[in-house]
Amino acid sequence: MSAITADLISSHQLTHDEYERICRILGREPNLTELGIFSVMWSEHCSYKSSKRHLKKLPTESKHVLQGPGENAGIIDIGQGWAIAFKIESHNHPSFIEPFQGAATGVGGILRDIFTMGARPIAVMDALRFGPLEDPKAGARNRRIVEGVVSGIAHYGNCFGVPTVGGECVFDPSYNGNPLVNVFALGLFRHDEIFYGRASGVGNPVIYVGAKTGRDGIHGASMASAEFTEESKQKRPNVQVGDPFMEKLLLEACLEAMRTGAIVGIQDMGAAGLTCSTCEMGSRAGTGIEIDLMHVPQRETGMTPYEIMLSESQERMLLVAENGREEEVFAVFRKWGLDAVEIGHVTGDGILRVKDHGKVVAEIPNRPLADEAPLYDRPYTTPYRPAPMEGPSFVTAGIQEDLKMLLASGDLCSKRWIWEQYDYMVRTNTLQGPGADAAIVRIKDTGISIAMSLDGNGRYCMLSPREGTKLIVAECCRNLSVAGALPVAATNNLNFGNPERPEIMAQLVESIEGMAEACRFFETPITGGNVSLYNETLGEPIHPSPVVGIVGLMHTGEPAGIAFRNADRAVLLVGGIGDCDAVRFGGTQYASVVVGKVWGLPPALDMDFEKRVQAAAREMVSAGMAESAHDIGQGGLAVALAECCFGLGVGAEITLDSELRPEYLLFHEGPSRVVISTNNEEAIVEVAKRHNVPVVRIGTTWEKTLSISNRGVRLATMEVEALRESWENALPAKLSVS
Amino acid sequence: MKFGVVVFPGSNCDHDAWYAVTRNLGQQAEFVWHDSNRLGDVDAVILPGGFSYGDYLRCGAIAKFSPVMGAVKKFAADGGLVAGICNGFQILVESGLLPGALVRNAGLKFRCMELQLTVATSDSPFTNACRKGDVLRVPIAHGEGCYVAEERVLDELEAEDRIAFRYVKNPNGSQRDIAGVLNRGRNVLGMMPHPERAADPLMGSLDGLSVFTSMVAAAALKK
Amino acid sequence: MKARVFVSLKKTVLDPQGQTIQSALAGRGYSSIAHVRQGKLFEIELSPETDRDSAHKDLEEIAREVLANPVIEEFRVELLD
Repeated sequence: MSAITADLISSHQLTHDEYERICRILGREPNLTELGIFSVMWSEHCSYKSSKRHLKKLPTESKHVLQGPGENAGIIDIGQGWAIAFKIESHNHPSFIEPFQGAATGVGGILRDIFTMGARPIAVMDALRFGPLEDPKAGARNRRIVEGVVSGIAHYGNCFGVPTVGGECVFDPSYNGNPLVNVFALGLFRHDEIFYGRASGVGNPVIYVGAKTGRDGIHGASMASAEFTEESKQKRPNVQVGDPFMEKLLLEACLEAMRTGAIVGIQDMGAAGLTCSTCEMGSRAGTGIEIDLMHVPQRETGMTPYEIMLSESQERMLLVAENGREEEVFAVFRKWGLDAVEIGHVTGDGILRVKDHGKVVAEIPNRPLADEAPLYDRPYTTPYRPAPMEGPSFVTAGIQEDLKMLLASGDLCSKRWIWEQYDYMVRTNTLQGPGADAAIVRIKDTGISIAMSLDGNGRYCMLSPREGTKLIVAECCRNLSVAGALPVAATNNLNFGNPERPEIMAQLVESIEGMAEACRFFETPITGGNVSLYNETLGEPIHPSPVVGIVGLMHTGEPAGIAFRNADRAVLLVGGIGDCDAVRFGGTQYASVVVGKVWGLPPALDMDFEKRVQAAAREMVSAGMAESAHDIGQGGLAVALAECCFGLGVGAEITLDSELRPEYLLFHEGPSRVVISTNNEEAIVEVAKRHNVPVVRIGTTWEKTLSISNRGVRLATMEVEALRESWENALPAKLSVS
Repeated sequence: MKFGVVVFPGSNCDHDAWYAVTRNLGQQAEFVWHDSNRLGDVDAVILPGGFSYGDYLRCGAIAKFSPVMGAVKKFAADGGLVAGICNGFQILVESGLLPGALVRNAGLKFRCMELQLTVATSDSPFTNACRKGDVLRVPIAHGEGCYVAEERVLDELEAEDRIAFRYVKNPNGSQRDIAGVLNRGRNVLGMMPHPERAADPLMGSLDGLSVFTSMVAAAALKK
Repeated sequence: MKARVFVSLKKTVLDPQGQTIQSALAGRGYSSIAHVRQGKLFEIELSPETDRDSAHKDLEEIAREVLANPVIEEFRVELLD
């Protein structure tokens, strides 16, 4: 047995105190295999040791929630005996090392989280963050990463057969050395088809299914919990290669095996592979698990117990079957041509016992390993904020040029180049796909549809993590509301820098607290999610980048959509023009793109007002009064109007009446506003009134041009088609620079 | 009438095709597993879209060896209606039931979009519900849908009126804008676009249904 | 002068394609095939006046930086006549 040195401990990302704790738990020193097992289970990625005490502040319950955090995914009741499971996961570091495979295996991992619960994945969305494509130094690499990530997501999702129905993609220099790839997946099942990752029933066989184990991504989980340095770039582990075909077979076989009734518990092998699945399943059931590694199917020869236990080979599942009914399970996996091997059994002693050809190589109590990782109350000060409160004075060189510039900017330009590579229609349920405020997927034969949206805004959160995060939750709910859906539950991905820095920890804490407040207020409990810390490269942290995914429920019907449909319709602004000042303007796209600086604070949010606006918009859309509805988000009113024109080429004449200076009026990003076109203005006004929400008529739709004036002063007149082309072509043009 | 929808490992539009012909069209359908060497009492066969065997090696290259393909070949030789959609089209060309090959899109990227097709012939059991020149709105979703064949073969396809559909705006570099072709017996169709995705008013287009209604009409005529 | 560059996944990296091809071959009765790994072949023609040593050096560099992804792939350069 190799002696455990201080070097060995630190190379496993464990502290001296943590090592002492391991020794206390075991009553002896661990061997190398045990040290490896502890190191992955106690990594930030698996244990949430820096964030857990703050995550507890998040609301997790409502009448819709069947399963909150702690399982592979949260579960929501959607009525008629149906339920949905959904969650978001990051694959940030692997996507930087190998963009294509990193993103692909990110999709694979979250899909397994969903179908391991018994749900069939029916939708995927992605939140992506990259460094700017035109960055003079990092641009070429950023472009390569974008190409790789997008085609990796497409490769995996398309082949697996799940539609990628939406998402968002944002560029900022803070992601230059640290792109973010967050993947959301949602699955459907009936209440009586739910499975949990529990190893119940002493004596029940533990069965390994799916791909063989290789030396893939060994120490991925602890690597995902460490900053990138020049040194760590050299220490590349074996990159995991995704096999979506294997995953598709695994999906069908698992769902079919579940229907036999012979499966007691099941869990995917994700980060920390066999280690995580065995000890978590045992811990949840209060049992022990004994396995012998000689039965584990192996792709490479000469693998040590350490390597087998820590391998992160993809497309593998661990399941516990009812004793005596193994053959029913094996038969299903044989039909699908997959390996299924009994590798051990459930015991009553609460111990994870790993043998290799009969010889014990690791023996650790499950519960302390899985659930009693050290928790840290990391010190925090005030959030890191690399931006001034005051901005420069500026004056527009021409509103028309500003609008063109914004529409061709990385964040606001059309993302068609990305989403056309995704099959967003497979399964024929996508009522509204990418490019809309929210994606809508119907549940066949029920009359129920699910709306979903992913939102984040690192710039707002950098200026104020608390306010920024509240705005994100509000925006996400608004996206669902303008689609006519009622937001019911959320999942979060907290992407931050190094929590050992108090000013970064402060970002995390404030963001979580803001999220808790907003999710409580909008009645969208967080049912699960993911924390990704140490997103720094060479000491440079990313913007605090919480991402939320919120799902909403609605009746199945033809969506209103964001596009103006007909000429001669009233264009109304539900929620009013809003207000802005120099400080609140500093976080806008206009400030960042046109002025070239970021300062001040994110827009002001009045949650109570926001909720009323959403309720009004939801009623207008679901009652069919609105021909189109689009929320105002980044880029403000002018960008929202342009987007309304792009869908079907219908223009509008907008005549405003406001005291605000034109830059603020057209480009401020104040929340709680929705652009609606209608041929039933009275009904809209009546609904707004009932919800105590202002509504102003700002113009009329007409043919082919977008014209904007304020108090008789013409600010812009633009051909919709020409504007649409520059918006549409911007991303391919940025990517084709070589 | 009864459709048989073949399920290969990796098929993923099998259920969509089944749903279109049963729920949207009101016909019967059953799934046929790839290792079955019998098709049963079906009146027509659909080879659905997806990624059979991951599309590893070449699209459709491994699926063509499935036991069910022997049955499909025999069924086609006896005049049975076989429609291959997307991956199904790729399997049909790999199996030699249709001429030509499907290679990587000219833009080298997977493309998912709704587009327009013109019906190039109404003289087939898959297009008899249309008129020649009709424009249909049907989506595509593929990475390897660029149809190529020798000039001689292309000339022959045109001379024999065996091009079923053409793209209005070519999305993938297919020669002569070909989106779908027929075999010489006109009872086997391969097409890259997905008619089953344009078979429900909520999906934005009903134009794809005409492929299936044509098949129903043709099968009724035969009986 | 002609050259060939073979690019394939590193031996330790999972090759789903090779694996699927192998199992398809097994399914067709080729039981003697134990293992398949797939890759890419580049056939490159060099201008006649190229010096052999510098060609080899260039090709190694091209293979490493352009043709192969060093994170997951390995390569072999072969100079013909």
